Amino acid sequence: MPWILNSDRPIYLQLVEHLKYLIISGKFQSGDKIPSVRELAAEASVNPNTMQKALAELERENLVYTNRTSGRYITEDKTMLQTMKADLAKKEIKDFLTKMEHLGFQKDETVTILLELTKDEVPVLYH
Amino acid sequence: MENILECRNLAKKYGHFVALSDVNLTLQRGKIVGLLGPNGCGKTTLIKLINGLLEPSSGELKVAGNIPGMETKKIVSYLPDRTYLNNWMKIKDFYQYFAEFYSDFDIAKAYDMTSRLQINPNNKLKTLSKGTKEKVQLILVMSRKADLYCLDEPIGGVDPASRDYILDTIIKNYNENGTVLISTHLIQDIENILDEVVFIQSGMVKLHASVDDVRIKEGKSIDALFREVYRC
Repeated sequence: MPWILNSDRPIYLQLVEHLKYLIISGKFQSGDKIPSVRELAAEASVNPNTMQKALAELERENLVYTNRTSGRYITEDKTMLQTMKADLAKKEIKDFLTKMEHLGFQKDETVTILLELTKDEVPVLYH
Repeated sequence: MENILECRNLAKKYGHFVALSDVNLTLQRGKIVGLLGPNGCGKTTLIKLINGLLEPSSGELKVAGNIPGMETKKIVSYLPDRTYLNNWMKIKDFYQYFAEFYSDFDIAKAYDMTSRLQINPNNKLKTLSKGTKEKVQLILVMSRKADLYCLDEPIGGVDPASRDYILDTIIKNYNENGTVLISTHLIQDIENILDEVVFIQSGMVKLHASVDDVRIKEGKSIDALFREVYRC
């Protein structure tokens, strides 16, 4: 997944979000060692100090921990990762509902459309 | 550790024209700093003062605690806004030249970058395109292990793919001791690799802040802020 950092929000926050996506999508798995600050910074084309700040934030949230001698690792607390995944799903869905509201759809209307669409998809899957 | 650059009440006049006035600026080590401002605002004058090519009209400028001179030239790697290299020389001759001139020049690194950018080191400078000439100069400058890199418009004529490689090189070269000062108009391209920005307007420092602080405070990117501050 490419690092897309184009919004006007602070860069380190965008990096935090992207790193969370990498964890949730399974690119970085529980207990994995993550690349060095320098490698990640080069990959994302950002300043190493900014990447450092993003990783420090992940550490503060206990998603990442530092082993003094061997580097940084993704937390081994799988429940926590599950919670984060669920939280993200909720956030994405809320954002989507807000967007639909702006388009003039009430929540129940959106849900109806959603059900309709996913119902249609089922037969396609079994073709 | 001492600051890599300190300017106190620095001013530079050309005759009656005031190029810089009352500049107070401190840069720490280990930062990548963007020096931004419209044409003719004094960016190149400041960089030339740092490199001892100009003398201050008043005030003081120190690089790692020293007034620009022989000692500071050892630790400052400078990419000027126009080339001073001889057209008839081959690229590999420049590498030899720099290796003899600067004890911190890493010739292996220079050749490595040359091959990554697909440049033939046997070519003479005058046979190269504008963009390739810029790349060669940048290789020379970035292959030194300096404490302060002063890059005056380093990526203007370079294609986007090479631009990415060059920015990548700047990031990889970064070390705790070294500071990179980049003057450019291509803010969007370099914004993400900067720690700090310095805005210069009519010879004065208008703003000196960290990139993310600006984004938090103003809710906009440096590029957007620049367009707002310097709207014509």
